[in-house]
Amino acid sequence: MSIILEVKNLVKSFPEVCAVKGVSFSIPRGICFGLLGPNGAGKTTTIEVIEMILNNDAGEILYKGKPRGASFREEVGIQFQNTELPQYLTVKETLETFRNLYGRRADIDDLIETCQLEELLDRDNRKISGGQKQRLLLAMALANDPELVFLDEPTTGLDPQARRHLWEIVRTIKRKGKTVVLTTHYMEEAQILCDRIAIMDYGEIIAEGTPQELLNRHRSGTRIHLGIIPEKEKLEGFPWQWFDNDGFLEIHTDSVNHSIEELMRRGIDLSSMTIRSHNLEDLFIELTGHQLRA
Amino acid sequence: MIKRIWTLFVARNREFIRDRSAFGWNIAFPFLIVLGFGLMFGQDRQVLYKAGIVYAPAQQVRGRGVDNSLTKEPLAEQQIDAFKKTRYVEYITFPSQEHALKTLAHHRIDILINPSTGRYWVNATSPKGYIAERLLLAAGTDSGPAFIRQTITGRETPYIEWLFPGILGMNMMFSALFGVGYVVVRYRKNGVLKRMSVTPLRPWEFLTAQIISRMFLLLGTTAVVYIGCAMIFGFHCKGSYLTMLFIFALGGFSMISLGLLVSSRSSSEEFAGGILNLITWPMMFLSEVWFSLEGANPWVKKISLAFPLTHMIDGVRKVMNDGAGMSDLKYHIIALSAMSLLFMAAGSMLFKWQRE
Repeated sequence: MSIILEVKNLVKSFPEVCAVKGVSFSIPRGICFGLLGPNGAGKTTTIEVIEMILNNDAGEILYKGKPRGASFREEVGIQFQNTELPQYLTVKETLETFRNLYGRRADIDDLIETCQLEELLDRDNRKISGGQKQRLLLAMALANDPELVFLDEPTTGLDPQARRHLWEIVRTIKRKGKTVVLTTHYMEEAQILCDRIAIMDYGEIIAEGTPQELLNRHRSGTRIHLGIIPEKEKLEGFPWQWFDNDGFLEIHTDSVNHSIEELMRRGIDLSSMTIRSHNLEDLFIELTGHQLRA
Repeated sequence: MIKRIWTLFVARNREFIRDRSAFGWNIAFPFLIVLGFGLMFGQDRQVLYKAGIVYAPAQQVRGRGVDNSLTKEPLAEQQIDAFKKTRYVEYITFPSQEHALKTLAHHRIDILINPSTGRYWVNATSPKGYIAERLLLAAGTDSGPAFIRQTITGRETPYIEWLFPGILGMNMMFSALFGVGYVVVRYRKNGVLKRMSVTPLRPWEFLTAQIISRMFLLLGTTAVVYIGCAMIFGFHCKGSYLTMLFIFALGGFSMISLGLLVSSRSSSEEFAGGILNLITWPMMFLSEVWFSLEGANPWVKKISLAFPLTHMIDGVRKVMNDGAGMSDLKYHIIALSAMSLLFMAAGSMLFKWQRE
């Protein structure tokens, strides 16, 4: 699979902070690449340098194997997290305005269908919901039929239904062979949409791979949750790691059956028990030492 | 390139026209002002009047005083002395009656008195001239009035025709500066400019579209207001309409460029609003929108020449009131062109897509 974007030793500093400290990664064509990290990790700075909004202090960025030229902006689509729409224009007028800024243009009917805008075309931008606005912003990012699309936290602030709606559109974009670079705070979103993930913290990439690779490489296993904290003597010498997680018991185990047998042997009430696999969020907390903050 | 500029031009026009409050205000505001002044004919309530007095240079003393011993008409001098005791009247001396009459015809003074001939002149249509005349006559001695009333020869400029270019110019100034300055700052603040910056759109294409759109709207609304007022008040333009349109267009371009310069970097509407107010208020008072600067300190007159509004209003008044042609307006055209170039060059160099 050919590489569409390659970032080598990227460095970007601001007067009081070095936001990106020698970041390197490459993105194969046609995949969804997730860049994850808490606020201040440097992921937005990294993306904005790639998008040519900021200049880098050092490092190299290659698009299709060459430094980005004037055609880069013609060939990529960008959706920012916080963009207001022009006032007093309808959805269709906004889409056409941005589409006309490009030499290469996507088919307007195809755009409308892909982003499910049929019902909104004549509606004033000021009268659409958050989810509808994100779909329009996504359509604007696709207005030039880009090969590479940057989506910066596209589902932040959306309700679960609108979020799933947008995931479906991202899947459609992927099916059309486009490469997607996604930044997100939602681990579930990254796990569902991304083929490869890079986790950033303090300006560096601390882990990279497919979601499964990351989980296998760093930790496998299962989490058992109990809605209570049993008496301390009942947990004395318990063979697996356990934590008091805000009044709940959390056990990290690689053997669910044996763990449950041990809990039953010790007479611990399992009526509030839930079991789930180790996921990206657990991995993220382990790697960065802090929760993802929206 | 053309397609991008055209697209933004159309989008901006749609925004402006659909923003009914702003659009309506741009049309209604000058109508209301002119209508208000129309209703005030003959009922002027202003308190400051300017009286011109013709004295030969030998009769002048330093400043604006009058050497009474040299005047030929003692009775007239008595009346002038009494008239000068009237508060809120400013006295301006003129060495030449011809120049003074021209100044009166342009409403830069409200009454002209020549003590050596015992005559005074007023504009029949000037509400301020009417009051000034009443004040002069009221200052007469027991021996009866010492002056004979004269009306200026030829077609005098009705007061409202003198005022009208000022009102139109002021409206254009607000529309150009706030309409462009505020919109660009708002676009930058809410991220619309940032979004545009990642398309192939170049800064000069964006700025050109903003200028063309605002020029189109400015000249369109000005034409509507001009035609409307001309129909209501029966205005008469002595010069060419094309010349007047050219001066309006050049003045509008200059002020739009100034708006783009103000908005070239800021992302704070409050800050931009403060700067725009700082620019518009002195322009409104020193560019002879409402009153003439005749008799003002020379440094005030010099400052007023730095404003594009001064050159636009003066140029349009010369076309409308005096029938001036392009060659008579060279000075204003050069000044407005130079300012436009300066503002555009600085605005383009300083322009930033994003907030700092």
